[in-house]
Amino acid sequence: MLGSASSPRPRTTNFELWSWLFMRVSGALLLILLLIHLAIMHVTQPIENVNFAFVAARWASPLWRWYDLVLLGLGWVHGLNGVRVVMDDWIHSPGWRLTLTALLWLIGFILLVIGAQVIFSFQAPAGAG
Amino acid sequence: MKVELSIKRFDPDQDEASHTEVYGVEIEPTDRVLDALNQVKWYQDGTLTYRRSCAHGICGSDAMRINGLNRLACKTLIKELGSKISIEPLLGFTVIKDLMVDFDHFFDLYKSVKPYLINYDPTPAKERLQSPEQREAFDDTTKCILCAACTTSCPPFWSDPNFVGPAALVNAHRFIFDSRDQGGAERLEILNGREGVWRCRTVFNCTQACPRDIKITKAIEQIKRLVLFNRV
Repeated sequence: MLGSASSPRPRTTNFELWSWLFMRVSGALLLILLLIHLAIMHVTQPIENVNFAFVAARWASPLWRWYDLVLLGLGWVHGLNGVRVVMDDWIHSPGWRLTLTALLWLIGFILLVIGAQVIFSFQAPAGAG
Repeated sequence: MKVELSIKRFDPDQDEASHTEVYGVEIEPTDRVLDALNQVKWYQDGTLTYRRSCAHGICGSDAMRINGLNRLACKTLIKELGSKISIEPLLGFTVIKDLMVDFDHFFDLYKSVKPYLINYDPTPAKERLQSPEQREAFDDTTKCILCAACTTSCPPFWSDPNFVGPAALVNAHRFIFDSRDQGGAERLEILNGREGVWRCRTVFNCTQACPRDIKITKAIEQIKRLVLFNRV
């Protein structure tokens, strides 16, 4: 009595559950982190102060490097997962869905690594900050 | 009062695509949209096709898109709408003819959540008793008449017809939260998948559309929480 062949099959993984929970938690965290980020970059500082030296001075502290990494990671994965859900909505062929989702995460992972690499390999030139 | 009905029509034997036809009817403001449709069908154009049965908001046959919102034609008064009324078939289903849509897939989705009592205990001699509090937990979702106004107002369902949709979730809720039922875990297993409860984007269209005023989004959130706290 399990409906017809077109009805959804039971799945045992909790992937969609975790994905849903991640979107809620990361969304709430991003709101706080982004408001602090915007306050620092656009409210407390006059715009002419925000330059290379300002960023170099900020990144002298590991705290702000980690802060920016968390902001990048959460924002990027939250956004990519949103795109994945939209793709699940609109792409109904299993083959295309798998291919494009794999491509999405591959590109996402590469760009995340590049971003993280910038954050951690950045070295303030002598005299800056 | 004089009312102008713009009805989206489609005859699969003649039409390549749907088109709108306009009919003028003379009707009381306290009449219902169904009365206006009947006037057209009985006195102007007998080819107009739509479903209606009880005409009193209980059978769920005449859900349609009236002035852009899903409603029951038999429960919507002319005075709520004004003198220009647009009527279209429910979105997201295949149109059979005019306002009549194919419900087969809808009922497949409904059946997929096991919308019946599951109890593995030996059949008791008397009825299975419940406290008023236990009954209250699923009282709201017993009101569903399966008219599909909710499911066909749901944007995730429009784009992904394999999503079980609000109506199936409401009927899963009705049994999951019933103290006499033992099939909750089986249903949550089904609803935990990609086309299950997580596809709900909390749009609230279903709650707005429901002619029985079921708090559908709330019921869906209760299922989400149950899955979450059972699994995590």
